[in-house]
Amino acid sequence: MAETQNVYEIPIGPIHPALKEPIRFTFQVEGERIRGVDIRAGFAHRGIEFMAMKRNLIQTLYLSERICGICSISHPITITLAVERAAGIEVPPRAQYLRVIYSELERIHSHLLWAGVAAHELGFDTLLHLTWKVREQVLDLLEELSGNRIDYALPIYGGVRRDVSPEQTPKVEAMVRYYRGLLDELLDAFLRDPSVEARTRDVGILTSEEADSLCAVGPTARASGLSKDVRQDRPYLVYGELGVKAITPRDYGLEPRGDVYDKAVVRLLEVAQSLDLIETCLYEMPEGEITSFPKVPALLAYLKKVEGEGLGWHEAPRGEVIHYIRLEAGVEEPIVWKVKAPTYSNLMSWVPMFRDQEVADIPIIAASIDPCMCCMDRVHVVRDGSPATVLKEDLLRLSRAKTERMVGGSRLSASGPRSTAHGRRTTDNGQRTPDHGGGL
Amino acid sequence: MILKTLFSQLFTKPATNRFPAKYMPKSVLGFLGRVQAGKATLVPPVPVPPRFRGKIAYRREKCIGCQLCIRVCPAKVIEFLPEAKKIRMHVARCTFCAQCVDACPVDALAESPDFLLSDTDRSSPALTVE
Repeated sequence: MAETQNVYEIPIGPIHPALKEPIRFTFQVEGERIRGVDIRAGFAHRGIEFMAMKRNLIQTLYLSERICGICSISHPITITLAVERAAGIEVPPRAQYLRVIYSELERIHSHLLWAGVAAHELGFDTLLHLTWKVREQVLDLLEELSGNRIDYALPIYGGVRRDVSPEQTPKVEAMVRYYRGLLDELLDAFLRDPSVEARTRDVGILTSEEADSLCAVGPTARASGLSKDVRQDRPYLVYGELGVKAITPRDYGLEPRGDVYDKAVVRLLEVAQSLDLIETCLYEMPEGEITSFPKVPALLAYLKKVEGEGLGWHEAPRGEVIHYIRLEAGVEEPIVWKVKAPTYSNLMSWVPMFRDQEVADIPIIAASIDPCMCCMDRVHVVRDGSPATVLKEDLLRLSRAKTERMVGGSRLSASGPRSTAHGRRTTDNGQRTPDHGGGL
Repeated sequence: MILKTLFSQLFTKPATNRFPAKYMPKSVLGFLGRVQAGKATLVPPVPVPPRFRGKIAYRREKCIGCQLCIRVCPAKVIEFLPEAKKIRMHVARCTFCAQCVDACPVDALAESPDFLLSDTDRSSPALTVE
């Protein structure tokens, strides 16, 4: 019993300077050592899947882009793959190559972003600024190709919206050369730096057995030595012809340990792999159409007639992302849209990673799976056993009722200041304000 | 190697473009006023690429009022004016996907390079296109 008395609980989050997005950890801490962790997600839920059920498929495409600001090519590509599978739409070969180029560009900028964040979490802000300065090149190229620095609006059902023109090809080649020349410096700064190694080696270990049994995906699983990559295991687009191989620390001549260092190894090597893929695509890309539906009204009319369901999968920078969609003939909106973002699969791998680590390593271990909470948070509200949904209109009505109540309350005597000041209409004060008894 | 980069950084120009002024003015609006009066010079922003997706340009006389842009707009930016059979766009809501430009059958909509759209009033004339 004496031992258990020394274990204290430290809550971190949902809002905390060490976390970039809201999630709550409850650590069981004995001295400086973490003995256990409880994770609670769901603070950044936005109801995106439900919002899609009120929008047509083209509007849903841009909604899917806003699931994640970093994976703003991965999600649209996955939903287009799902809808194309449901609707039996053929994608022209050139568009498939272009989609690969765009998604690999996204992988480069996402991994460089992670590398900067990781350096920041280690307290190495010089490296953060160096990495993010370097990252500007790929963002500039994406702006050149898409017209937007972020949220590129490139994929569309049946193809892509913008081509890589002959004038733009040299710019892509220049970017590939720039990062090739720089890669050794980045590897040097991250992997051969004694202070980075001291802070990341044998920190936050996820063994390959644990990664396998917890179904980890993406770089988190590959750093543990699992040869797991959707581009290799279930090829889509032209990834099968490109022959993508999952990158593990073995490619760097290391035996995988699954620690934070290995995760950095995998992500930096994947930058090099993406550069190779972009170059190959640029040379092998055939000429031709970039979309099978050049006219938007024809696409809308075709999608309205579709009846069926489809599944799309894609290797996002953080891991496997899956979209499921069900469409009904005569209805423009999707009937069901289900998104599984990579962080959802990686969440549980935090539990073994945090075990017996130091409190000071919490930020870097939390960051090591490259978490994206708002991508992942999916909530279903169940009250008294029956599902309940609150629409925007309902919220607006509740808000107006609250204003009315507060304005009315100020004119009232002191008999009901508490309920009016807090504006909470629950069943216990509902009897005091019977005129607002309607609604939810 | 990182040390070499850091030391060389001391003697090179910063990577950041110092827009709108080299040093942060006390009041940005006051500074812009001085620029208009010709008393100060503006450090220009980084030029945008050729097919930049900025504020949507609208050619009212070409518009036939088919409402296709309204159907595809993900952010519900576009309002239909039934009497005139034209549209009004509230740019403050725009996500700059330019899907309306792709959808427009008569090329009444186009991508413009304007991106300096900050305003304190979301319904100001600069943020309303009609």
